[in-house]
Parts: sequence; structure tokens; C-alpha cells
Amino acid sequence: MSEQIGKNVHTAREEGSSILSRSIGEEINVPGSGLPDAGGHFGDFGGQYIPETLLPAVTELTEAYQDAMADDDFHARLDDLLHHYVGRPTPLTFAERLSECIDAKIYLKREDLTHTGAHKINAALAQGLLALRMGKRRIIAETGAGQHGVATATVCALLGLDCVVYMGSDDVKRQALNVFRMKLLGAEVRTVHSGSRTLKDATNEAIRDWVTNVRDTYYVIGSVVGPHPYPMMVRDFQSVIGREARMQILDQEGILPTIGIACVGGGSNAIGLFYPFLGDQIRLIGVEAAGEGLSGRHAATLSKGSPGVLHGAKSMLLQDEWGQVTEAHSISAGLDYPGVGPEHSWLKLTKRVEYHAVTDKEALTGLEFLCQNEGIVPALESSHAIAYLLKIKDELFSDDVVLLNLSGRGDKDMNTVADALDVTL
Amino acid sequence: MSTDRPDRIAELFARTRAERRPAIIPFIPAGWPEIDATSEIVRAAIAGGADALELGLPFSDPLADGSTNQHAYDEALAQGVTPATVLNNVRELRGDGVTIPLIIMGYINPMLAYGIDAFIRNAVEVGVDALIIVDMPPNEAGTVEILAREAGLHLIFLVAPTSTDERLRLVADHARGFIYCVSLTGITGARQELSKDLEEFVGRVREYTELPLAVGFGISRREHVEHVGKIADAVVIGSAFVNVVANTPRIERAAAIRHYLEEISGRRNVPIVQTDRSD
Repeated sequence: MSEQIGKNVHTAREEGSSILSRSIGEEINVPGSGLPDAGGHFGDFGGQYIPETLLPAVTELTEAYQDAMADDDFHARLDDLLHHYVGRPTPLTFAERLSECIDAKIYLKREDLTHTGAHKINAALAQGLLALRMGKRRIIAETGAGQHGVATATVCALLGLDCVVYMGSDDVKRQALNVFRMKLLGAEVRTVHSGSRTLKDATNEAIRDWVTNVRDTYYVIGSVVGPHPYPMMVRDFQSVIGREARMQILDQEGILPTIGIACVGGGSNAIGLFYPFLGDQIRLIGVEAAGEGLSGRHAATLSKGSPGVLHGAKSMLLQDEWGQVTEAHSISAGLDYPGVGPEHSWLKLTKRVEYHAVTDKEALTGLEFLCQNEGIVPALESSHAIAYLLKIKDELFSDDVVLLNLSGRGDKDMNTVADALDVTL
Repeated sequence: MSTDRPDRIAELFARTRAERRPAIIPFIPAGWPEIDATSEIVRAAIAGGADALELGLPFSDPLADGSTNQHAYDEALAQGVTPATVLNNVRELRGDGVTIPLIIMGYINPMLAYGIDAFIRNAVEVGVDALIIVDMPPNEAGTVEILAREAGLHLIFLVAPTSTDERLRLVADHARGFIYCVSLTGITGARQELSKDLEEFVGRVREYTELPLAVGFGISRREHVEHVGKIADAVVIGSAFVNVVANTPRIERAAAIRHYLEEISGRRNVPIVQTDRSD
């Protein structure tokens, strides 16, 4: 991979290249590793590959974000809403029967129990407050499965902001229930018919809206993707997951986990879990969607992609030999994205986090397992992490303590799961 | 510029400035509507008064483009257009004696996939004069800028009405050839009217540079060209030109292109045919 990246290096930023060359094969030290740099680069990844029209907007956003982070009132308001509205801290559940089966101690971080049912609300709420602070009352968002759209529509209803959500026409069909939820919450859902008619194209269309209405519009990005400062900002907002989990597991188990595991689409729930543990002696595992298998249609960007630029950042990307972005596939709409957050590309390159992939079928097995053994219906996304854990159970030791991010609940997936299991509802 | 390479762009603007008229620069996706169409389109455009051509390098996710160009790019890609197709188009045109500036406009990812060094080297070899990379502002240009400069290829940067004075200064510092002024806060696509703030915006850019200024995005009519001609050095006609090509059967295409460009450039004094459709 380093050879490929070397071939494609084109941001001859001195600090970027030196970090890149220094880091290959070496471990990065301590929390957060201090990245990104001021331009939003994680080594050669990240950055701001956007039309000039948007440059002032991301600069303004970076400043507003830094301002907010230094403001106790902003934190107080955010913490208050995370507690009383979202329901944080979410529980850390010891999964007894799963632990027995795997013969290790498995803890589930219960993001499925947040208001709206997934971790997406953490960053949507924080960005809503930031938009309010910046005086931007028109909110746009992209959504795939609809979870981020629902979270954003929810926050807009709460804060009295106008909300437009872009969604690919294929996803609108697959996720009719979430479309209805967004509309009930007062959002306008705009169907996108271009390209592959899924999340990638909804994102293109949201960016086009932003380019056109940038003066009064805030774009709430749902993952750790997009131009700087989004990957950093969404990571920081989602890190509440890992910070809570770290305290909870020390409290409940008395030691830090030996393994942290989460699913990766764009990568926001994974980075939220991993980030506070980057400086610890802990094995971190991101699980991508292998779809129908890595030689067929899949969404395993880090496992099978190559470096490229999409949606404002350089990162690993599913693309053909000519640099055209290819369609991703996963049974889970939330993982069905041909890109991935630039920090994950960096964490893979530096070998701090390992990335693997499980198939649609394996994910379904993980989902059924958790349903039947723990009484929890996980989202198809999160089921990938469970499936991988089941897959590697022979590698684990009985004194391993595993922290698994259960990023969302599975109610939204019932139609898809029934279809896959050949059940007519 | 490298020693033996003519600076066709500088020569063009020296001439149009002397003639006190704006340069007319149509934009067309390469390898579209048919994969072998580019050469005849370029020739017809030159006959109609085009002073330079922008050839679009198709990309699957053109996030600064409106539906006209998106659609054309999708069709071009479906026909198998690659960076090699575009470079071959230019090679062919030069071989046939075309001497106007030829500019490749596109997004960075296909160029990275091709290998940016190789792309720049090959572009120069076949006779490309400049590159416009829509999603690569100067802060990300890094080695691309260095490689392009060493190869004698102009890297054209864009400025927008939202650009702050600080951004304008930055772009002006990096700019070579000309500066592309995006006429409006938005994506590409033909519009009925020009932005009211265009004059003020172009005036602001002018404070930071002596380089020629080209205005593009949304320009579709003769009166747009007349207006822009008073404040800038060139007009880029994108989606409106693409629509002319899209809406004409191949057999009538060359005549329609010539006709449209003669009208819009003021070479022919007839009523403007309504060719734009808003997107």
C-alpha cells in the first residue's frame, strides 16, 4: 500500500510527507496523535479538496468550531442535552451469554439506546448547536439508511431550524419508514436520482446545495468524511462514546479492555470508540462490509480500496483503474459507501488499527445471535462487529476484555432482514 | 515556461486585449456525445469563433457541476472515455494543425489514478496548454503545482464570489495563465441572468492580479458575453454550449455549433436562438 500512496502523493507539504515517511511501520504514540494538522491532513490523507466557493465556508466553520470548543457555555448546553435529551451516558452492558460462547468478557456500548436509536445523534446535536451559534438557520444533510437524516431532522425540530435531507432514490425505496419519520419531524426529504442513487450521490447533491446556498446554510455531515474540519469535528463529537466507555469499563471491570471493536462505513462510530483509546495498549479492530464477498460486490474500502479523493478529502476509496468511483454494496445501508474517513486510512497505514470485513451473510448471523442470546436487536451495521467477534473467537483468551460498540438498534432493518431470511411480513 | 514551448494562452490574451474583445472559450466534455465526436466539435467551435477550448475530463462524482454536465459525464463514462481518450483527442487536434489553447478541466481523482506525474507529462507532450482542477484549491495543489510549472503547463485556479480578500490574494499568488472567476455562488449550469454582483466581484479580483480574468458558470446569451466583455478578458460557455450539442442531431451539429458561437461572440448579428434550459 505504501508504494501506491507514494505514487499518488501530490500534496508536497513538508510536514505531511515527513509524517508519512516516518510513520510507515512505526506506531504512533498517545491519545489522538495530535492530528490532523492545521490543513486537516492525517499524513497524506484528509485535506480540503473542494471547489473554491466552499473554502471560505470551511474556514469559517473551523474557526467557529474552535471557538465553541473553548466556550464553557457551549459545552454546558451540549452536555445538558446529551444527558437529558439523548439519554447519555449510554449503558455499558456485560453480555453474559455472548461472553460464555466466545470465552472472553464481552461488553457492549449501548448506542442503540440513545434517542433516535443510533450514535448519529451525538454529532448531529452538536452540529445543530454549532449552526445556531453561527447564525445559520437552514440545515442540510445527506443520508443513506436514514439514521443520520432522522437524527438531523430531530435536532432541527428541537432547535427550530429548517431541515433539508438528501437521499438517493434507491434508499428512499428501501427505507420508506425513515423517510416518513423525517417528514413527520418536519424535514423536507429531497430524492436524488443521479449516479448510483444511494448515499454517495445524496452526498454529491448535498454538496451542490451547499455550494449554492453556502452563505446561510450549515451542512451537517453524518460521518468522519468530507473536507476538514468535518473528519476532526465529527470525531471529537463522537468521542463521547469512547470516553464514557473507558470510564465505565474501568468502573465495572477494573481494567482497560484488551480489544475494542466497531463497524466501519464512513467510520464515525468506530473513531468515536477508538479515539480515546489510541494511546492505550489495546487492540483496535474496525469491521467493514464484505457484502457478497471481497471478490464480488462489497463496501470494504480499507480492505480493498486505493487512495483517492472523494467528497472533499483524500482517503481510501473504491474506484476503478481510471479513478471513477465504483458502487459499494452492503446489506446494511449505513455501510454502503465507497469512501471512508481519512483518519481511518491513516490508522490503517500506521497499523494502529486493524481492519477486516465480514459478509452480508455473516452479519445476519451476528444479528440473529445477539437477538437470541442477549435479547438485543442490533442494527445490521453493528451486526458486522458482532459477526467478526464470533469469527475470531478461537483467537481470544478467556481473560480478554472486549469492548464492542453497538452503534444502533435494528428496528429500521426489520424489512431487510426479513427479506434476507426469506420471510414475508 | 520551458524554453521551446509556445505560451498559447499568453499569446491569445495579448491578441484579444489588442482587439478589445473577450476571448470565447466553450466547454465540452471529451468523448461526448459520441466517443469520436470531440474533434469535429472543436473544429466547428473554432469555425464559429472559439478562441480556446476547455475539454472536460469525465468524473463519476462531479460535485461542482449541474445536471447538464453531470449527465454528459455519465454518458461519456458509459462510452468508455478515459484520460487517455482526452489526451488522444488533443494529440489528434494538434496533428491536424489546431493551434488555439486547449485546456483540460476536471476533478483531481482521475488524474491521481492515472498518475499525476504521467498525466502532466503526457498532457504537455500532446499539446495541452493548461489544467483546471475544480476540486483542488491552491492549498492542496502542492506538488501538482510544482510539476505543472516545471513541465510548462498552466495550472488555472478558480475564485468565487464568496472568496475573501485573503483567498483572492492566495489564489493570485499561485495563479498562472489566467484566473477563472466563477460568476455566481453555485454549480455549473445555464442561467437566464448574470449575478448582479458580478462587476463588483471581478473588480475585487482585479485588485490582486494583472493576469487575464475569465468568467464562467451560467453564461448562455449574447448579452451576457457583451456584459462580461466589458469587465473581463474571457467568457467560458459551458452548460449552454453542452445543451446546443445535446439538442442537435449529429448531422446538423457542426452547423449548429458554428451558428451558436457566431451569435454569442457577436460575429453574426441575428436574434439569439433560445438554447439554454435552466437546471
